[in-house]
Amino acid sequence: MLYREAGDFKTSYRDDGQTFPIRLDRWGYYAILAVAFLVVPLVIDSYWANAVLVPFLIYAIAAIGLNILTGYAGQVSLGTGGFMAVGAYAVYKLMTAFPGVPIVLLIVVAGVITAIVGVLFGLPSLRIKGFYLAVATLAAQFFLVWLFNKVPWFYNYSASGQINAPERTMFGWAITGPATTAPAKYLTCLIFAVVLAWVARNLTRGTVGRKWMAIRDMDIAAEIIGVNPLTAKLSAFAVSSFFIGIAGALLFSVYLGAAEASEAFGINKSFLVLFMIIIGGLGSIFGSFAGAAFLVLLPVLLKNVLVAQLGWPTDLAAHIELMIVGALIIFFLIVEPHGLARLWQLTKEKLRLWPFPH
Amino acid sequence: MEFLYASEVLLNGLMAGIMYSLVALGFVLIYKASGVFNYAQGVMALFAAMTLVGIMEGRVPFAHLINAMFGMHVTNFGWTVPAILGIALTALIMVGLAIAIEKLVLKHLVGQEPIILFMATIGLAWFLEGLGDVMWGADVKTLDVGLPQGISETIEAATDRWLGYGFFVDRLDVWAAGIAALLVAALVGFAQYTKQGRAMRAVADDHQAALSVGISLQFIWVMVWSIAGFVALVAGIMWGTKSGVQFSLSLIALKALPVLMLGGFTSIPGAIVGGLIIGMGEKLFEYFIGPMVGGATENWFAYVLALIFLVFRPQGLFGERIIERV
Repeated sequence: MLYREAGDFKTSYRDDGQTFPIRLDRWGYYAILAVAFLVVPLVIDSYWANAVLVPFLIYAIAAIGLNILTGYAGQVSLGTGGFMAVGAYAVYKLMTAFPGVPIVLLIVVAGVITAIVGVLFGLPSLRIKGFYLAVATLAAQFFLVWLFNKVPWFYNYSASGQINAPERTMFGWAITGPATTAPAKYLTCLIFAVVLAWVARNLTRGTVGRKWMAIRDMDIAAEIIGVNPLTAKLSAFAVSSFFIGIAGALLFSVYLGAAEASEAFGINKSFLVLFMIIIGGLGSIFGSFAGAAFLVLLPVLLKNVLVAQLGWPTDLAAHIELMIVGALIIFFLIVEPHGLARLWQLTKEKLRLWPFPH
Repeated sequence: MEFLYASEVLLNGLMAGIMYSLVALGFVLIYKASGVFNYAQGVMALFAAMTLVGIMEGRVPFAHLINAMFGMHVTNFGWTVPAILGIALTALIMVGLAIAIEKLVLKHLVGQEPIILFMATIGLAWFLEGLGDVMWGADVKTLDVGLPQGISETIEAATDRWLGYGFFVDRLDVWAAGIAALLVAALVGFAQYTKQGRAMRAVADDHQAALSVGISLQFIWVMVWSIAGFVALVAGIMWGTKSGVQFSLSLIALKALPVLMLGGFTSIPGAIVGGLIIGMGEKLFEYFIGPMVGGATENWFAYVLALIFLVFRPQGLFGERIIERV
């Protein structure tokens, strides 16, 4: 019989508390990882990489970041696009200033810089909360994008105001720049996504994560039982911005190759990532991946069906996509506030009992 | 001369502020009566303006969709509708929209946290934006309901005679200020002196208590969203006449948000004063500081001002004090 935990005996607390307590689940994830690392790079072509897999992995990282802030720590942020821009411009300045340093290291440093900026904009969260804070984070969004548009130092005084990723290599492979192959792009993003998801999972189930969740559930009560709201909130902003900064750095350097602040990192990007975590599931790492996959695939699917199959105009398909996403947001908020992650969990519960419903 | 020019900038800032207040009013109304922070207010203004243009020009709704689905080429009915009738029909459609929102969204979200409701209205904003585009097409439309436009010669001549410098004031802005003042007076009168207005305030104070004395929550919500739809229509007409009916119209909602943070979410006078402060502040800042930092500071000035202000006074200028209990 499929999907049973009978005979899967736990003999230590360590076994009982692992991320995937059911053996079949665990092997399933190992299998997915093996396929993702060993099989996909061999068969991937540039359409799949550019249209589906690379954006999926990058948005998944951003969604994990926002999920840490919004889903785990309860601080709604609409500044994601601005923080992604910080990551992108930070990695651009670092790439041009230190050509000899490995690009992967620079991307991590860009994440750290974004974390510092995130903490600065997170400071008001100590005084204001709820949608007052959500609106306040819009200040970060608009101010940062304006800054990158208006201060020439950030885009190295280039005539177009754009930033272009120069070519950088790792182990002889081009990671950024126009010569990058599809497998290289994909593997870079995959490694970042897997490592960061692992870090996020372990952060959120440890002490730090419990403090965040206490703040989310009732911040005053959390303060009374000894959670320091200052460190809890600011650490959530720091970690979240770190993830989002790395996503922004990858989006610019590996995926797009060239970017312009107001176009690539506008307010719609903030909403897109917010929608990913609502649809995927607030407070769930798996949900971040599910939501990112859903919102990356939906436009591709609609384009294939409506434009390619039925021959509808592209702009009509885009407007219908807006309607569908909007309706889905409302649907998930009403029917299943925990999103796709909860649906997946329910499916697993049902499978474990199948064929008996009780 | 410098001073006179600055005061012209100030005056125009005040006029822009009145337009922000118009949008902010819609927010305050809904927030007061249902505790919902309605991000979709700006898109409602866009939707109302699009519908008004569509009706007045006799466009076929969903023309693009019909054409794409059945391979037809319909665009117009071939008639035009006078402005007054068009406005009345659009107001009816906004009432219909209010009923639909109550039935499909709000009813199912009673008792949820405010932040969930806020996110739901972001979803609503996307849906309405898509719906408006599918219904009426995404092209830039011109809206003309007969409001006067262009520079006001009277004011220019008068200021030229008294001060030796002609102030440039758009006549549309003057009209907008007048209409906004009327609307505020009407709304305040409605809330203070009518039975429905009292019921609305009761719902705002306490849902449960209002229900137990026999006030229909459903009716109040539909009413409030209808009024907000009407305010959105007025704002849509003003902004649409000024700069054309297009996507950027929905962004005025983003301008109204800092106005509210500054003025306090629950206060109608707060929306007005907040709007004036923001309108004035951003024009003056752009005039004095803007050239030093590269311009276009209007994008973020309002937000940063509101953010700094909130850190010192979290409930805004006129907002009710936030009391929290565990």
